[in-house]
Amino acid sequence: MAVPKRKTTPNKRNMRRANHDKVTPVQLVPCDHCSAPTLPHRACSSCGHYKGRKVVSQKVDAASES
Amino acid sequence: MRHKKAGRQFGRDTSSRRAMLRNLAANLITHERIETTDAKAKELRRVAERLISKAKRLGKVAYTPQGELSAGDKAKRLHAERLVAAFIPRFGVDSSGDKVDIVDKVMTNLTKRFESRPGGYTRIIKLGPRRGDGAPLAMIEFVDAPAVVDKVRAAPPAEPAAEAAPAAEASAAEAPAAETAPAADAPAEEQK
Repeated sequence: MAVPKRKTTPNKRNMRRANHDKVTPVQLVPCDHCSAPTLPHRACSSCGHYKGRKVVSQKVDAASES
Repeated sequence: MRHKKAGRQFGRDTSSRRAMLRNLAANLITHERIETTDAKAKELRRVAERLISKAKRLGKVAYTPQGELSAGDKAKRLHAERLVAAFIPRFGVDSSGDKVDIVDKVMTNLTKRFESRPGGYTRIIKLGPRRGDGAPLAMIEFVDAPAVVDKVRAAPPAEPAAEAAPAAEASAAEAPAAETAPAADAPAEEQK
């Protein structure tokens, strides 16, 4: 059976991993309603809006509501 | 290979899967809007819209009162109603605690609401990952469902009275009372 003769150097290993094994950061977009960073194509997790309408019901203090 | 075999299995056997979709459909119809996982919402869309389409095939017969129907139309309606009732339970309970005749709602209410809409009665909006297992959640609703409203929490008693100064201004007489009887004050503020 063919066996590696030399240990792969950190450089070679990193070069191999740099291209197809890379991790892309989570892409966030600002919410249209509250500009908080939000996952694209999802309702905003902080204000519950999506495409200009309320989607998720949230708990609001009676004082701030009035 | 599962080429051209539509539908998700959800790691369940047929009866378990059918029971789950039956319950989801019943809850969607009673509550108009439910939260579930992306995959279940997408599968529920197939099921729920087919139920409505079955009822809609009757046209006006579906929602005309029984008394005004001819014998032939009554028979057609009974048949369609049985097709719908074969999949969903007859009764559900809505969020206000009232009993809902689910089959009747599909036959009379939903057919009328969606009369001019050629399919596409539901809308799915993704909500992001669930805390706990990270499952992607979604909200599924009828496209003409009533708008979402925020739940109003009762005014916090005693200490935050200073924070809620604008609200207290409107009722200056109540402000001194808040210190002596905070518990009695809270429901009074909520009612306004």
